[in-house]
Amino acid sequence: MRGSRIIGEAAIRAGCRFYAGYPITPQNEIPEFMSAAMAKLKDGIFIQAESELAAINMVLGASMTGARAMTSSSSPGISLKQEGISFLAAAELPAVIVNTMRGGPGLGNIAPSQGDYFQATRGGGHGDYRTIVLAPGYGQELADLTGKAFEYADRYRTPVIILADGMISQMMEPVILPDPVNPGELPPRPWILDGAKDRRSRIIKSLILNTVTMEEHNWKLARKYNSIAREIPRAETYMTEDARLVVIAYGTAARIAKGGIKRAREMGLKVGLFRPVTLWPFPGHALSEMSRLIKEFLVFEMNTGQMREDVQLVLGERSNLNFYGRPGGIISTPDEISRVISSIYYRRHLEED
Amino acid sequence: MERVVFKRPKYMKPVPFHYCPGCGHSIIHRLVAEVIEELGIGEKTIGVPPAGCAVLAYDYFDIDMGESPHGRGAAVATGIKRVLPDRIVFSYQGDGDIAAIGTAETVHAANRGENITVIFVNNGCYGMTGGQMAPTTPLGQDSTTTPGGRDSKRDGSPIDLSEILGMTRGAVYLERTAVNSVKNIRQTKKAITKAFQTQIEGRGFSLVEILSPCPTNWKMSPVEACKWIDETIIRTFPLKVIKDERD
Repeated sequence: MRGSRIIGEAAIRAGCRFYAGYPITPQNEIPEFMSAAMAKLKDGIFIQAESELAAINMVLGASMTGARAMTSSSSPGISLKQEGISFLAAAELPAVIVNTMRGGPGLGNIAPSQGDYFQATRGGGHGDYRTIVLAPGYGQELADLTGKAFEYADRYRTPVIILADGMISQMMEPVILPDPVNPGELPPRPWILDGAKDRRSRIIKSLILNTVTMEEHNWKLARKYNSIAREIPRAETYMTEDARLVVIAYGTAARIAKGGIKRAREMGLKVGLFRPVTLWPFPGHALSEMSRLIKEFLVFEMNTGQMREDVQLVLGERSNLNFYGRPGGIISTPDEISRVISSIYYRRHLEED
Repeated sequence: MERVVFKRPKYMKPVPFHYCPGCGHSIIHRLVAEVIEELGIGEKTIGVPPAGCAVLAYDYFDIDMGESPHGRGAAVATGIKRVLPDRIVFSYQGDGDIAAIGTAETVHAANRGENITVIFVNNGCYGMTGGQMAPTTPLGQDSTTTPGGRDSKRDGSPIDLSEILGMTRGAVYLERTAVNSVKNIRQTKKAITKAFQTQIEGRGFSLVEILSPCPTNWKMSPVEACKWIDETIIRTFPLKVIKDERD
C-alpha cells in the first residue's frame, strides 16, 4: 500500500470523519484518497477548501464539535496553516495535521526533505505552545503512528503533527492495518459545542485579555506539555549494543542510515542507529542514557542541521557530535552514509580497543 | 395589573455590554438573541464570534460559542455545520474581518452554498484597533490611516462584498439593513429572522449586512453617527434585498 494511502486508511480507521485540505505536491494522494473514502461513509465529510487557511480553520470548527478531524499539506502549505495550529493549541482542541515535507525554504521543490523540523518541533505558529510531532520511518509505522496521532490529540487535547516526506508517502509497502474505531464509541468529550441543550452554554476561545489569567493559561499549557514530555517520548534503536558510533536520524533519513549502517557492519565497523519516533517530545532521556556508554555520534538529516541542536542539548560535552546533512531534496544513498560513517570511524580511531 | 413590556432576551447573559455609547453591536446582539428565542433554536444554535469589537460576543450570548481566528468565521462555521447539520450555526463578523482578511473564506462558503448564516456588521472602520480604514470605509471618510479622507486613487474604493456574494451561486438570501433608526432596526430584525429561517429550511447560505454606527472612531456623537449613516453611508451601501432565492 502506498504511504499516503496508509495515512488516509489509518485515519479513517482511527475514527477520523472530517478532512479538509488544499492541493499541494507531494501529498495530493492524501486528499484524493480521503475524498473517496469519506464519500463511502455515511458520516464522512471531505471538503476541498479554497486555501490552506480555510482548511485548517474548517478543522478547527469540526474539532469544536468533537469530531476527529484532520488536514494535510506540504511545507509551504503548513506555513499557512500555522495560524490555525496556534489557535488549536491555545483553545486546547485536538486535530491531526500531516506534513509531507518538501525542499525549502520558499516554494523550494517537491523532493523529500526534512527542512521543517524546527517549524514542527518549536510550535511553528505564534505564542508559547508545542505540538506533538511524530516521525514515521516506514509503512507499518505510518499506520500505527496515524492511529497514535488521533489518540494523543484527544488525550492531550492538542494538535498533533505527522512529519513525513515525499519519499515515505510515495513508497509502497506491505502493512497490517489496525481494526477500525467506531467514532460513536469514543470516550465522551464534555467540552464540545453541540448546542446548549439541558446544560449550560459553553465557550471555546483563545482570547484571554486578563494578563494574570493568560499567564495561568500559559502555565496550564506548559504543565500539559511537561506531562507529554514525560509520557510519550519514543525512539527505536538498532544494533547499538556494542556500537562505538551511533547514527541519529529520523524518518526517511533513518531508513537510509540503516542501509549505511548495514554496509558499515559488513566492513566490521561497530555502528548503530538511534531513531527518534517522537520529535517533540524529543526522546532525550533515552539518548542521554546511551551517551553514558557511547562517545561518538553522527546526526544525519535531510537539512542543514536542525535536530542536531536538540541532540547537542542532550549530549552537552559528554560525547563527540558529528553532522552530515543533505538539504534541498537530495536523497542520500546508503553507500554515501556508510562512507561518512567509515570516515568518522577511522578519523576518530574507533577501531582501536 | 403589571405587564412586561421590555425584558432581557432569554439567550443574553445578564451582564452589561462593554461596547461604546452609541455603538450598533449592542442592538444587533439583542436582535440576534431575540430572533434565536422567537425561532425556538437557542438550544441548538452555535455562534462563531470574530476578532474585532465583537470578539467578546460570547460574554453576552448565552448559547454555545466557538471563537474564530480573524476573518475565518465562515470556515470555522463550515466545519461546525458540516459535522452537525441539524444545528443552527452563525458567524458574527465585522467589515474588516469579513471583507478584507476573510474575503476568501466568505466568498467560497457562500459559493459552496454552506447552510450557515452570517451576521455582517459594517461600521466602515476597524473599530477595535482604533479606527483605521476598512475595506468598507466610504470615499472621503476620515480614518487613522487615510489622512484627508479615503481617496480612491491612493486607498482604493469601498468594496461591495454583499453584491459580490450575490454573484455566487450558493448564496440564497442576502440583505443589507441598518440600525440607525427604529424603522431600520425593525427591518434588520426581519432580515435576521429570514436569514435564520433560510438555514432552518436547509436552503443554503444567508447573510445580513448591517450598517452600524461607530461614534467613537467616527468622532461623532451617537445622534450624528446615525445621521451620517443616512446621509453618507447608505449612498455607498444602499439598503436592499441583494438576493432572495428562497423559493
